[in-house]
Amino acid sequence: MSTQMFGAAIPRTADPRLLKGEGAYVDDIPLDGALHAAFLRSPIARARIGSIDVSAARSYPGVAAVYTCDNIGALDMEMPLLVPHPCLVGARTQRPLARDDVFYVGQTVAMVVAVDRYTAEDAAALIDVDYEPLDVTVELEAAAGDGAHLVHADVLGNVAADFTQTSGDPDAAFARADHFTKISVRIERSTAAPLECRAVAARHDGVTGELTVWDSTQGPIPIRGGLAAIFNIDEDKVRVIAPDVGGGFGQKVMLFYPDEVLVPNAAMELGVPVKYTEDRSENFLGSNQERTQVHEIELAANKDGEVLGVRDTFLHDTGAFIPYGIAVAQVASTSIAGPYRIPNIWIKFQAIYTPTVPVSPYRGCGRPQACFAIERAMDQLADELCMDRIALRRKNMIRKDDFPYLREGLLFADGLPVRHDSGDYLGAIDKLETHMDIARFRVEQAAARKENRYLGFGLACYVEGTGLGPYEGAHIRIHPITGKVYVNTGLTTQGQGHETIFAQIVADQLGVAITDVIVVEGDTKAYDWGAATYASRAAVVSGNAVYKTALIVREQVLETASGMLEVSPIDLELDEGEVRLKGFPERKVTLAEVATISNPLRYTFSESSKSAAQFASSAKHDRPPLDEGAHPGIEATDYYSPPCATWAYGGHAAIVEVDPDLCTVKFIRYVCLHDCGRVINSMIVEGQIRGGLAQGIGGALYERIEYDEDGNPRNANFMDFLMPYATEVPEVEILHMETPSPLNPLGVKGVGEGGTIAVGACVAAAIEDALEPFDIERLHEVPLTSNVIHAVLDRAKARNP
Amino acid sequence: MKPPQFEYRRVLTIEDAIGALAENENTAILAGGQSLIPTLNFRLGMPDSLIDISRIPSLSRIELTETEIKIGAMVRQRQVELHDDIKQANPILRETLAHVAHLVIRNRGTLVGSLAHADAAAELPAVLLTCGGRVAVVGPDGERSIAADDFFRFHLTTDLKPNELITAASFPVLPPDAGWAFGEIARRRGDYAIAGVCVILRIDSSGNCTDANLGACGIASRPVRLLEAEQILIGNRLEVDVIGAAGEAAREAVQAPGDNQASLAYRQQVLATLVRRNVARAAARAGAPHE
Amino acid sequence: MSKKIRNAVIKAATDSTAEISLKINGETVTREVSTRRLLSDFLRHELGLTGSHVGCEHGVCGCCTVIIDGWAGRSCLTLAVQVDGAEVRTVESLAADDGTLHAVQQAFHECHALQCGFCTPGFLMSLVNYFERTPSPDLSEDNIRSVLAGNLCRCTGYQNIVAAVRRAAELLNAEEAKS
Repeated sequence: MSTQMFGAAIPRTADPRLLKGEGAYVDDIPLDGALHAAFLRSPIARARIGSIDVSAARSYPGVAAVYTCDNIGALDMEMPLLVPHPCLVGARTQRPLARDDVFYVGQTVAMVVAVDRYTAEDAAALIDVDYEPLDVTVELEAAAGDGAHLVHADVLGNVAADFTQTSGDPDAAFARADHFTKISVRIERSTAAPLECRAVAARHDGVTGELTVWDSTQGPIPIRGGLAAIFNIDEDKVRVIAPDVGGGFGQKVMLFYPDEVLVPNAAMELGVPVKYTEDRSENFLGSNQERTQVHEIELAANKDGEVLGVRDTFLHDTGAFIPYGIAVAQVASTSIAGPYRIPNIWIKFQAIYTPTVPVSPYRGCGRPQACFAIERAMDQLADELCMDRIALRRKNMIRKDDFPYLREGLLFADGLPVRHDSGDYLGAIDKLETHMDIARFRVEQAAARKENRYLGFGLACYVEGTGLGPYEGAHIRIHPITGKVYVNTGLTTQGQGHETIFAQIVADQLGVAITDVIVVEGDTKAYDWGAATYASRAAVVSGNAVYKTALIVREQVLETASGMLEVSPIDLELDEGEVRLKGFPERKVTLAEVATISNPLRYTFSESSKSAAQFASSAKHDRPPLDEGAHPGIEATDYYSPPCATWAYGGHAAIVEVDPDLCTVKFIRYVCLHDCGRVINSMIVEGQIRGGLAQGIGGALYERIEYDEDGNPRNANFMDFLMPYATEVPEVEILHMETPSPLNPLGVKGVGEGGTIAVGACVAAAIEDALEPFDIERLHEVPLTSNVIHAVLDRAKARNP
Repeated sequence: MKPPQFEYRRVLTIEDAIGALAENENTAILAGGQSLIPTLNFRLGMPDSLIDISRIPSLSRIELTETEIKIGAMVRQRQVELHDDIKQANPILRETLAHVAHLVIRNRGTLVGSLAHADAAAELPAVLLTCGGRVAVVGPDGERSIAADDFFRFHLTTDLKPNELITAASFPVLPPDAGWAFGEIARRRGDYAIAGVCVILRIDSSGNCTDANLGACGIASRPVRLLEAEQILIGNRLEVDVIGAAGEAAREAVQAPGDNQASLAYRQQVLATLVRRNVARAAARAGAPHE
Repeated sequence: MSKKIRNAVIKAATDSTAEISLKINGETVTREVSTRRLLSDFLRHELGLTGSHVGCEHGVCGCCTVIIDGWAGRSCLTLAVQVDGAEVRTVESLAADDGTLHAVQQAFHECHALQCGFCTPGFLMSLVNYFERTPSPDLSEDNIRSVLAGNLCRCTGYQNIVAAVRRAAELLNAEEAKS
């Protein structure tokens, strides 16, 4: 009897290939005769374009074509608004190549296609553009304020969207509350910065008419649909492949980036394959970013700490365009009450244009910002009420018997009401508190202070709505000759280990070895029903689709095998690639044999295929070989459509030491407790948490995309934009809890973003606690760079000379 | 980000290098390439030609005498870092090099290359300055030796003429009883310093400081000596208040305007702290063998 | 031996070129190459050895790290012409012909030290060279993280890579003990 795969921490099946350097990322794929693209990008944040002279570029040796808005035909359009919403009062999306105006430094103005990238860059430098610079207002609050220069002349106040949501009766709650705590918090911009920059390659087959596009994307299916629509080609003639993808983190789920339409267009026009690989500079200048928000959040509470209501109004920086709609701001809004009951909520946001790189989701997608706001507010409320910060949280947590806890009036990013489905929030905070032994820490902290060493403790809780619909599907087929199991989904992986976890699910249901399950994703030709990989949904949505499909396949196997062995299906079991009679394992058939028999053959071409032939012993002679309503082979497709998001949750706690002279922060201890329901592969789950956490540390202490007052990027490279190395990320202890989701058959919840969400709030609280003897102000912004910490200490000194 | 076109020449002798430099003012020397090639990739630098000096045998030599460590222009930073005799003769180099970029960059980057590049935040120029080292240069008119203080003019600017080649850098051998230390604060491991401090001092038998060289990087447009701080130390016992005063005096030396990484006040504080801590470390090492 | 080497010549019409001869993963190749061609591009596209990846082209991320004449170096900060006469090793040289993983690769696999795999070859080559050159490596948390600083990873959060370094040391010691 083989070991159960679901829940096992088995090493990944994709590893050997990747370790040997045999991964095939888009730029690795050899396309004979391919030409290469480079872009000319705007060097000015906001300008009118007077004229574009491409003549020198066009005649440069080795250049095949130069494109501007004037020679891309129907592509000269504002690209799709991906997620429409009624509150988008001023939605604007960009054109693949700018016409008349540019709106941010980095916006694509022209594309050169040449014999190689070096030549293409040479030629791009020869393009002469006449820009008339316009005035800009870059900083978010100023852009939202009176007298701001408009990014889009016809969008008043730079307001792309304006949305207010209400749950319960916040006015009444505020009217009867005894105590109010109001704070303002700020989260600065960051970028996903996957190590593989974006890349797209296209080839058009003149004979078959098929357009094949390799795209480093998280969503090949919508890309395929979009390309078919934009080029007016039948969908079956457009194939989009996401091969190996070197990290996505949200940045790569988007359509379209200009190159995603321009490169296929060039390939079709020029009749040769065309490749474009973004360089790192361009990833900073042209691939979407996220995070900037400013919240004014107010809690209304009783004197005993029960939080009756929350009001939050925030500004969300959407950059120069809003292709992804209000997703980030909406997720932030619907996460604002965290794991707390807070039955009365009023939350309003405005999405504001600034002349900067457009914003779309980056791991966390608004949850880090909301968590920072609510957790810092809860900390302050606790202090004002002279309550322990954990006790205040405990008092307000959604309790086990509150589930499912509906927040009426708040619609999550999937258009469905926010409903916390399950969890043990109180158990989680208890477990975290016990694990951290805070009483002992306080003793250590006091002793350290006597030696002028400053240790601090911080804790923050988070919730994560995961597993969004609309649906995902799976297709499974058992191959007749080998008995191997082929699985397809509509998703694609950027390192999350789909091949392994989906194989684990299937292996359990069909009794096969993991190595006999082959998962093929990311190719619209292999399978093309589904959405994309985003928002921590793969395990939940595709995982359950795979599971449901595997169940159907299992039934087919048992049905067919029961006919072959002439026993009842309930007397059979599946193990080690065979179907056996329980208690009599020598009476068995292999999966390969079952799959072969299930497909009646006329022609046999191998020994094993003979069993399915017309005159074989198993053949029926009194009726059609294939029953009415039956299908040949062992194969099924099924889908899972979630009733609503399923909510993961957890808490982070940290002990830091702050050097008040150098203003540097060292981690003494970092603990992450999480509950993502049932766990398919604990090694992969922990990997997701650790990776998310490192990005959280980046956002808490180091990462900040900077623009000067003219809208010029100040740190568009890896030297000046500070992503953490191994020396900047602490060792993390992970505590698990498992409260199965009641919403799906596998009981799983998503975990992709959980590591990131609470880091900012946790670290800010810890630093604040460490520097408490200096009577500093509250820390309500991230990142808390050493420069920021110094300024905080300086201000404290000035107040208390 | 690909380099622009340039002419590439590989020379086998110093004479050939000088000859090639003479032909075109807009020429760059390719040694380790770790500073040059990024500028080419970003197209910030557009030289007409590159002269690859990596095959000139004499440039790969390290020569140690009783008084001097001479490091040829092609000697890699990592070679210097691992060299036990150099560590014995002047241990500051090994301690400093651990802070320079990252190990893999040091495998190919040259020590002289870092001096020639003269980034105001770079560590090695500050060490050369503090030690009183020199740079050996060859040009069409012959050789000259330039003291560190005369060599570093400004951020990314040295006294080197377009038709000259640096052939070596020399560091003095430290007196065996010298105390020494290098420390820096950077945002992440390996980043350019917000500020870095190099300390060499000597203490006599009664505990008085007889000599103090303090140098800093990252605080001005070139590495600088912290002369006021030095004067506070010399002639005194290196007690906490003296060291503290030296740190405070050093604040005045910060000329770099504030930027997003560090305000003026923060940089001053970092410098003062680094001076205090590294003078203390150097004092503890004074009199002990350089191991 | 290692992955089959491609025979592609890519050059713009107006670039100056030079002939270079080098040993790549044990095999000698001679090619005419544009003088400005980066080694990273030469390896990936002219030689078809796409295991070394390009993440930044300014030497910070480490994805392109290879071993040149016995020293790990950034191929994005090296011109192909500079390795004329040199020996270059890439990630494709690590596994045995029969597919058996090198000890460092095996350690990464066991410790789940890779997710998307893009940064992985750079880590592998840096670490292989580190182990080659460091007879008794200091396996403290601090030192390991120092050694790893210089390679960026956005997926793993580094902790499993730290574990993989320790595991690799174990496996390498076991191999040495056997031989």
